[in-house]
Amino acid sequence: MNGHPTPETGQSPGGRHLGELKKGERARVTGVDERGVVTTLPEGELERRMIEMGLVEGSHVEVLHEAFPGRDPIAIRVNEHTLALRRAEARAVLVAPAA
Amino acid sequence: MSVLDSALPPRIALVGNPNCGKTALFNALTGSRQKVANYPGVTVERKIGHFVSPLGRRVQVIDLPGTYSLRARSPDEEVTRDVVLGRFSHEDSPDLLVCVADATNLRLNLRLVVEMKRLGRPIILALNMMDAAEKRGCRIDAAALSAALGVPVVPTVAIRRGGVQPLLEQIDGAMAMATDAAETPASCGWSEPSSRDLRAYHQEVEGLLAGCVADAGLPPLATRRVDAVLLHPVFGLAFLFLVLFLMFQAVFAWAEAPMNLIDGAVSGLKDWVAATLPDGALRSLLTDGIIAGVGSVVIFLPQILVLFFFILVLEATGYLARAAFLLDRLMGGVGLHGRAFIPLLSSFACAVPGVMAARTIENRADRLATIMIAPLMTCSARLPVYTLLIAAFVPDRPLLGGLVGLPGLVMFALYAAGILSALAVAFVLKKTVFKGEREPLLMELPAYRLPNPRDIALGLFERAKVFLARAGTTIFALMIVMWFLASFPGAPEGATEPAIQYSIAGMIGHALEPLLAPIGFTWQIAVALVPGIAAREVAVGVLGTIYALSDSGDALQSSLAGALAASWSLPTALSLLAWYVFAPQCVATLSVVKRETNGWFWPVVMFVYMITLAYGASFITYRVASALL
Ligand SMILES: Nc1nc2c(ncn2[C@@H]2O[C@H](COP(=O)(O)OP(=O)(O)OP(=O)(O)O)[C@@H](O)[C@H]2O)c(=O)[nH]1
Ligand SMILES: [Mg+2]
Repeated sequence: MNGHPTPETGQSPGGRHLGELKKGERARVTGVDERGVVTTLPEGELERRMIEMGLVEGSHVEVLHEAFPGRDPIAIRVNEHTLALRRAEARAVLVAPAA
Repeated sequence: MSVLDSALPPRIALVGNPNCGKTALFNALTGSRQKVANYPGVTVERKIGHFVSPLGRRVQVIDLPGTYSLRARSPDEEVTRDVVLGRFSHEDSPDLLVCVADATNLRLNLRLVVEMKRLGRPIILALNMMDAAEKRGCRIDAAALSAALGVPVVPTVAIRRGGVQPLLEQIDGAMAMATDAAETPASCGWSEPSSRDLRAYHQEVEGLLAGCVADAGLPPLATRRVDAVLLHPVFGLAFLFLVLFLMFQAVFAWAEAPMNLIDGAVSGLKDWVAATLPDGALRSLLTDGIIAGVGSVVIFLPQILVLFFFILVLEATGYLARAAFLLDRLMGGVGLHGRAFIPLLSSFACAVPGVMAARTIENRADRLATIMIAPLMTCSARLPVYTLLIAAFVPDRPLLGGLVGLPGLVMFALYAAGILSALAVAFVLKKTVFKGEREPLLMELPAYRLPNPRDIALGLFERAKVFLARAGTTIFALMIVMWFLASFPGAPEGATEPAIQYSIAGMIGHALEPLLAPIGFTWQIAVALVPGIAAREVAVGVLGTIYALSDSGDALQSSLAGALAASWSLPTALSLLAWYVFAPQCVATLSVVKRETNGWFWPVVMFVYMITLAYGASFITYRVASALL
């Protein structure tokens, strides 16, 4: 919300966020940080929703499908289930390459 | 509240993530036939049923909308929260919570169970979809899970009533415990979990999984392969539009033969009655009023069933959530949420469930925008009007080498006109009254499932029953009233016009005529529009009666479509079609909008804007068509 995209916590050096992964890429979630994501939601809400949908530290994700146009939204596999979300909000999920 | 100190039956509530099979389990327990479908957010209100347990206890069961958390983001989830926490007035929280978890996706589902356990209420965990879990190679140790969680765990296969007996026994056991323990705490300690709490729940779930799940199984490869095509950026959208096109085409093509059969049966019945009864008021009431009126509505049963067939199949396979995904970006162009596709598709059947399904849209502005445009989707009650006019005025010419017919194409164009104007209205609304960003999209895409033919057949049967019951009650009654209005008073001595001209209906029609003349409507149409507000398809029935009564003897044999083709100009017919694209709301839609928005404001706005659009569209259509043709 304060236009401060680099979070201090949970991010490995050179880390990326889920919103920039390409189709077929796999990764591991290293943190959830909603700062820098513009939403209508009250503060802290997006983070909690992400966690409730299984996007929490340690989850394995893989980008399965991209919609049209603009390759957005994306469908990702999160551990055992599949989730659709927009790239804008996926920026809140920090990831590192899958081990 | 303990079971002892009250005469009320003990209450249990079914709680769980969306699409985990709560309603299927509710149906298995109570023998009800509530709607089960393969997308998150099918159930949007609480449903109550009863069963008698093996020990002879009468138990009340509450089926609830699915939720990921008691934090309730949308109106449907608020219902779940309020029932579970006993926040509805005059209602305690349920005596027992049956948590339903999808065994194929325990990691996500157990999180809610862990949250529910914090409430301190008695809980039983139903591990549902065990058949699917086994197919995926999941190996879950239910006994270990029960020990680790400290609650009874029962594996179930709700759609096949599997595991219902053990579940009932556990419910009886839990009820007995609740009776023994003199008083279970009536209030629930619950406060909104923070993100830290949520992470802690996840940790707890990881611990449970490590101890009780030997193998989480593989996500279904078939779903992934199918999605590689159906969610393809280009083929996916093309497929979606093809499905919708086929649906509207089939409504025409598949229904034709059975409709001809019904038509034949109705005129046969009419002839038989006419030949059997002596000439008089009773014969006229039966043939012109009831058989012509109700018959001209009943004939559309096949079309409505074809439409529902498509919708039921789409709902059962799991494709609806995909359509929402594919359309999110495009619908975002007019400010709508991708999820809005689901209520809008339901509105093709009827706007009432469509408006209710909008409850799953979290943001109030997004939800209101969706509700306001839902009635612009051509509902099945408008189908008879379209079909009748197309049959009367559009020649049945095959196009593209017989692949599509001209009538089907016109029908598709009418549906498209409804959809496009809905998008335009949404755009204006989002630019003016409902400003603001869209809610985030966070939606599970369920695994595909083959629809069960028996479920589809039962669903269609249910629909047919509702439609025929409506034809036999509301429409039947309205038709009798209309027959009286159209028959009395009779023609004066030496009248030259058909008798109906002098009847009350004729007078009403002539009174309204000046208002509707600028858009090309005849007085007969004016008469038909009035009861059409109660039930849209009645308009067709009324036209059936009016033309049956106006016909002079020899023309009586020709069908209603033939009568219309002979007496209306083409611009009038086009104008009426345009009117019905925007047709003012039926009473049922307006009252559900009032309920869902808690007030008269939005239904009034809806009525005014739609009638304005309808009049405007008809005016332009009539003028342009008159000038060109
Ligand atoms: N294979 C299998 N499918 C099931 C089982 N139970 C339910 N289903 C299917 O799962 C889907 C969802 O079932 P519902 O009962 O509508 O789920 P729900 O929990 O009520 O969903 P919401 O009302 O949206 O929260 C449907 O397609 C059912 O046919 C089961 O035990 N095994
Ligand atoms: Mg349900």
